[in-house]
Order: sequence, then C-alpha cells, then structure tokens
Amino acid sequence: MDIFLDYLWAFLIGGAVCMIGELLIITTNITSARILVIFELTGVFLQAIGVFDYISDFAGAGINVPIIGFGASLARGVIGAVETNGLLGIFTGGFTATAGGIAAAIFFAFIFALIFKSHTKK
Amino acid sequence: MEDAKRNEQYNRYVSAKIPKTKWWPSLFNSFLVGGVICLIGQGIDDLIMLAFPEISQQSSWAYTLIILIFIASLLTGIGVYDQIGKFAGGGSIVPITGFSNSITSPSIEFKSEGIVYGICVKMFTIAGPVIVFGIVSSVAVGFIYWIISLF
Repeated sequence: MDIFLDYLWAFLIGGAVCMIGELLIITTNITSARILVIFELTGVFLQAIGVFDYISDFAGAGINVPIIGFGASLARGVIGAVETNGLLGIFTGGFTATAGGIAAAIFFAFIFALIFKSHTKK
Repeated sequence: MEDAKRNEQYNRYVSAKIPKTKWWPSLFNSFLVGGVICLIGQGIDDLIMLAFPEISQQSSWAYTLIILIFIASLLTGIGVYDQIGKFAGGGSIVPITGFSNSITSPSIEFKSEGIVYGICVKMFTIAGPVIVFGIVSSVAVGFIYWIISLF
C-alpha cells in the first residue's frame, strides 16, 4: 500500500509541476530556456529555505525528476560544501553536486550527435 | 498617426492568425506525460535502491537522473522525443529529460556546421542559461550561508 502511495504522489506532484510549466508557456509564451531557468531557480530557493526535503519525502520522483530537483541539489551541494570547506565551498559546492547530471547530458549529447542525423529537416 | 493605425491593424491581423492552443487538452497532456516521466523516474530509483541498498538516497537520485538523461538523449537522437514534445508541451520540458533534450537536439541539428562550431557551440544554446543561472544562484546561496555561519 505504501509503495502505491509513493507512486501516486510521484505521478500527481510531477504532473502538477509540469502542468504549471505548460500554464506558464500558454499564458506568457516564454521559451523553454526560460521555463527551465525559472524551475531551476525555484528548486534552489526551496532547498535554500529548507522546504525541499519535506516535499521530497512524500513526492519522491515527482519533485526530484523535474528540473526543480536539479536546482535543489545545487543549493544542497553548496550548503554542504560551505559547512566542510568554508569559503572555498561557495564556488565548488554547486557544480560538484550537479556534475553527474551535467556531464551525462553533455557526454550523451555529443555521442548521439555524432551517431544520429537531424530529423527536423525533411 | 497613419503608422500607428496601420500598426494596430497589423497587430490585430497577426493575433487573429496565431493558432490558438486550447487550454484544457494541452494542460491535461502535459500533466499526463510529466506525471508518467516522474513515475518512470520513481521506478528506476526504487530498482536502484533495491539492487544497491548500501548507497544513499541522494546517490540513488543521481543515478536515476543520469539514466533518464541517457534515455531522453537517445530518444532525441532517434527523433521520438520531439514527437512526445509536440503532444506534451511543458510535460516534456520541465523534467530533467527536457534539459537533456535541450542539449542533444541542437547538437544534432547543427552537426552539419562541424564538430567544434556545430555540435560543441550550439549544444549550450538552451543549457547555457540553465548552467549559468545554476552556478550564479548556488554561489549566491553559498555566500549567504557562509555569512550566516560566521555569526
């Protein structure tokens, strides 16, 4: 039963977050780059004020898979790094925490760009 | 005066020609697709936690995101992700898969301009702002946290 609730929350929260994104697109016609930045900064803010972990506890993937989760790990990383390394942590923390995602995205994009041809122009 | 009138007429003409997206179907589609992507993420995360119980929840999310990024990048490569995007709108942009798509898609599209000036430069047309704002905001948060921790 618990696992069913986990998945239900992940679906509902994740869907709702994406629906807010779509609502922003419809009402303001902003581009996808701005959508990503807005949600990322939301994640940074939620983690910085300490709210994110409470949402994450019940929403799971619903809040971690949207780019809000990416923003949250930036903030979590930098706070952790400041605690252990002090001043240096300000500059190392954010990138260190998100290095996995950024490196994966760049690496796979590069490899697949070499392999595949463009589908948009036919 | 003439110009202002003509501009107004032209603006009215343009706004009449812009295709109107119906609100409810597109909101529902983005909810559905976004929710399903998060469901898949939850499934991957649970499998990882099951297979490697010794790793932390944070590492498990990192693995999950890398797997989702891989899947989205591959789907972009074979042209499927753009089809999902047409249907889902925000549902395919907001999840981390949208970030992955935003890097892979221009890389493939501008491949013809060469590896350095095509793939490597155009890769960051959308991801660039995300990374820049990410770094700037995390440094800001870190600085504020450092100041607070002094007292």
